[in-house]
Amino acid sequence: MAELATPADKRRLATLLSPAYLWLTLAVFLPLSAMLFFSFVTDLPQDAPDWAFTLENYGKFLENPVYGKLLWKSLKLAATVTLFCILIGYPCALVLARVIKGRAREVLFLLVILPFWSNSLVRIFSWAIVLRGNGILERTLEAILPWDIRLNLMFTTNAVVIGLVHSYLPYVILTSYLALQAIDDDIIDAARSMGAGKLTILRRLLLPLSLPGLLAGAVLVFVPVVGSFMEPRILGGRVGTYFGTVIEDQFVAVYNWPLGAALSFVLLAVVLLIFALTSPILRKAQT
Amino acid sequence: MTPRKKALILPALGRAWLALVLVFLYAPILVMAAMSFNASPFYQLPFEFSTRWYQDMAGNAQILAASLRSVGIAVATTVIATALGTAASVGLFRYDFPGKRFLQVMLFPPIAIPWLIIGTAMLVFFFAIGIGRGTPAVLIGHVALALPYVIVTVTARLSSFDVTLEEAARSLGADGWTVLRRVTIPWIAPGIVAGALFAFAVSFDQFVVSYFLAKPGDSTLPVLIYTAIRKGFTPEINAISTIIIALSMGIMFLAARKARFGGGR
Repeated sequence: MAELATPADKRRLATLLSPAYLWLTLAVFLPLSAMLFFSFVTDLPQDAPDWAFTLENYGKFLENPVYGKLLWKSLKLAATVTLFCILIGYPCALVLARVIKGRAREVLFLLVILPFWSNSLVRIFSWAIVLRGNGILERTLEAILPWDIRLNLMFTTNAVVIGLVHSYLPYVILTSYLALQAIDDDIIDAARSMGAGKLTILRRLLLPLSLPGLLAGAVLVFVPVVGSFMEPRILGGRVGTYFGTVIEDQFVAVYNWPLGAALSFVLLAVVLLIFALTSPILRKAQT
Repeated sequence: MTPRKKALILPALGRAWLALVLVFLYAPILVMAAMSFNASPFYQLPFEFSTRWYQDMAGNAQILAASLRSVGIAVATTVIATALGTAASVGLFRYDFPGKRFLQVMLFPPIAIPWLIIGTAMLVFFFAIGIGRGTPAVLIGHVALALPYVIVTVTARLSSFDVTLEEAARSLGADGWTVLRRVTIPWIAPGIVAGALFAFAVSFDQFVVSYFLAKPGDSTLPVLIYTAIRKGFTPEINAISTIIIALSMGIMFLAARKARFGGGR
């Protein structure tokens, strides 16, 4: 790596960096600033010449208990989904990193990660096909089980949880796997030679050493789920009203953009708070 | 139970668990794909093979236009994001300068902030400056979302690059651009290809940001599918969804092979 010695170096650096960063500024950072501005106005300046500054948009969030309740509902949903992702995903990562070896491990890891990089909307739709009343799942269970069964999963909170766990599970597996794989085999061998059982090794060595990776995965699940709106809409039907869907409504149905901007910023504040609380752990996971 | 037997049970349980998770991950996708070949318009069983929904889809002008638009935007996003992202990675790798850490942190928000917030912010801002909704707005948004992925992937590849190779080339008389073109770029080529594939996938699969930025009647494929799902399910949606998922999984398979994550180190 070189220090910037000559003006020519400085020019070259600017040529390399500025296109990407100007683009990010125009498309991400200016929009976020603009939205902060719009969350404090009565009306959009381009529509109404008599717009004024106001705190009313945030006032609505505090006054109307519906918004607070929905934010709480979204946080609870995110906590549930994150918990399931950890319970299902961590053992999976453990098996991949410490039981399976060689070529099989590479193939299985790729299989686990692949769905995560495919279209999330399509995967949610696929659950709608599976869960719908008299759908595949009910027919299959009917064929296996001797008694009649009505699951009625579609358009319930459970359906939303199932779809979201399916969407975000690979995150937890990926981060936990990377942390578990990085653990030195010698440490495990040393513990074993001193008489530690499998569960002791898991509890006293593997779990603490991979905890940063596991928590990084948990944050990566929790944050997008708090802001989810497409999944609850498709799988939740009438019970699928969450903080995210209310924000969506302000922009595409009600057209109250200043209120939508304020609600978006409340959500962003929650997200930033989560990052701030977990950043010491996340930083550890990075190294 | 003997200790030896006990030692074998845990790994076996673990393997079974992994197998169950893979079923959970793939079963719904396979069911959806199977249903796209079922003749019944109401997903009724018994299964009766038919390519009727694929034929319907091929004759649906709206779906074809949206597919074309989605692929076009994804290709444009790939070209722009890969070029700008690779340049930025080389800059970040090659030089030390004040503010470098800040520039690296700036890559984090587009990945970490929920797309709902970023998408609505873009909508508000693009209206304020006169770009409005439509394909140009979608393209600007997609490139911004894809850039961090390209930079992270190319930087990962660069970190294994031996800087003395550049010095050797320079001492043999190659100038800056020749070194970049003949030494640096060939070495990081796999990273660039993986980054490009990521960029394509980010754009092609992107729903949330497109949803807020696309003009109604001028939408991308995922937005069209969402609108169709809200009206009711039809096997035609299964058909187009099956094609999309096969395509995006194929691309990601290639990207993962190129980037070689997960073992093989």
